[in-house]
Amino acid sequence: MAELIVLAGAQDRDLTQLAEYRAVGGYVQLERARALAPTSVIEELNTANLRGRGGAFFPTGKKMQFIPSREQIDKPHYVCVNADESEPGTFKDREIMQRVPHRLLEGCLIAAHAIDAQHVFIYIRGEYLAEFELLKTALDDAREAGLLGETVIVLHRGAGAYICGEESGLLESLEGKRGQPRSRPPFPASSGLYASPTLINNVETIATIPKVLELGGAEYARLGAPPDSTGTRLFCVSGNVVKGGNYELPMGITIREVIYDLAGGIPEGRELKAVIPGGSSMPILSADQIDVPLEHDALRALDTFLGAAAVIVIDDRACMVQLGLRVAQFYMHESCGKCTPCREGTRWLVQLLEAIEAGQATHSQLELLLDVCDRILGKCLCPLGDAAAMPVASYVVKFREEFRAHVDQGRCPFGGASSLEGLFAPVDQHGQHPVLAEGVPA
Amino acid sequence: MRALAASYPDSRSAVLPALRLAQERHQGWLPPEAFREVGEALELTPAYCKSVASFYDMLHLQPVGRRLVEVCTNICCGLRGAQEVLRAFEDELGVAPGETTDDGEFTLRAVECIGGCGWPTVVAIDDRHRLNVGADEVAGIVAELRRG
Repeated sequence: MAELIVLAGAQDRDLTQLAEYRAVGGYVQLERARALAPTSVIEELNTANLRGRGGAFFPTGKKMQFIPSREQIDKPHYVCVNADESEPGTFKDREIMQRVPHRLLEGCLIAAHAIDAQHVFIYIRGEYLAEFELLKTALDDAREAGLLGETVIVLHRGAGAYICGEESGLLESLEGKRGQPRSRPPFPASSGLYASPTLINNVETIATIPKVLELGGAEYARLGAPPDSTGTRLFCVSGNVVKGGNYELPMGITIREVIYDLAGGIPEGRELKAVIPGGSSMPILSADQIDVPLEHDALRALDTFLGAAAVIVIDDRACMVQLGLRVAQFYMHESCGKCTPCREGTRWLVQLLEAIEAGQATHSQLELLLDVCDRILGKCLCPLGDAAAMPVASYVVKFREEFRAHVDQGRCPFGGASSLEGLFAPVDQHGQHPVLAEGVPA
Repeated sequence: MRALAASYPDSRSAVLPALRLAQERHQGWLPPEAFREVGEALELTPAYCKSVASFYDMLHLQPVGRRLVEVCTNICCGLRGAQEVLRAFEDELGVAPGETTDDGEFTLRAVECIGGCGWPTVVAIDDRHRLNVGADEVAGIVAELRRG
């Protein structure tokens, strides 16, 4: 078994207990970091080439360096931890909060020191009640032990909105507003929470920081698939596998190894059909592409992304039109409505995919589907529109024959036997289903 | 609610926690007076509070049952039979998704991904997650809930 970083020690100890966490070297790096100049801490993260684990893969140290000094902007600085994990397929931050809450808190305090912040907000999705309670207990214990020093950490629960995992939507929500993303610039580094300099990082990124300091940046940078994809990831494995769950592994392991060596392969003797490598918003890979290493550059070469490292495994029972429809329904439901291409485009995607699935579409409507994707991509303030368009377009391109078969046969070729048949979308229950009176455009 | 506001540099940030608290005090949903209470505590208008609440799935603008049963029907659970789990709850409770039983005891909802994709199907009962729920376990779960 490869070396664990984020979950180190949690395999045989209850690290939710402060004493146990301290027994494995917990909070030692905080003490060390506080004795160092903030620039030295950031330098270590740059040497490690630690990159954002929320999906954007932005260098963490560089993000910290974007925060202006107190001399440049005389306002409080804030650290916001994005614990609003909501991308379908992703459930790693939840396990981090469940098993190593103190490592997350230690990372928060180190990050606060690095950018000279006294305030940390952890925005945790509302659905994670058990994790909120665990984190609250850990925070109370750390506070009582005097570990927080002058720093204030506030746990802030969301209330059910995918878009609040987008950094500017998160800030709006944290300010007590509807979570609609902001136009940028200004970027959060200079004008984030309460228009003040703000660092926003994912739970896994922050929880990696103490170990980076413990190992040293250079040593950490040797793990995984350097130079860009250094270190480990918690791969969230779900879908048609025998043993779903989180697996912390060095980046660079192949999808084949994840599915067959770790997750026990595909159950019930089924065939692998496709894999989504990074969460529901990422372009899909076909079964013949699973020897790709799970690291940034190799996946980019296949026109997809590692995203939040959510590996969704799909067997041969799934209808790709139904998959596309359900994904489009999700993003339609979660679109905040601010940008027209996303608000209207996701509805068009749903309508077209419904027509295709019902066998009522024409071949030109397949092209229209791709055209709608194109008219969403890159045209909105935040990536939610892209998150709908990218996967749907990839399903059409990779499984075009299956889409064409729906049109040619005038029905779903699975004839009701697809594993996703009849999957209910919550949009239905609010009476907001977007079928226009005039029907689908031809 | 004012105590909640003290945690934040700007009291408006407390609107979500305050709405959650109001919802707990009003049998799980937000009637008009809840928005007046939150607005008064945080110096916001009731209309503003309602506009915020309407953005979030976990804040309910309609009455809900005493127990909230939510079944994830996103793709990861869907690939592993979430629709059968949902159907089993519909059969056991005698309501469709989005509906409340006549006795006001249960509201059944289908919900988007609640973050347990590796352990399908995920069912949240009053925000407590049950993992790896199979359709064949639903009758037992409902019986257990009915016993209180």
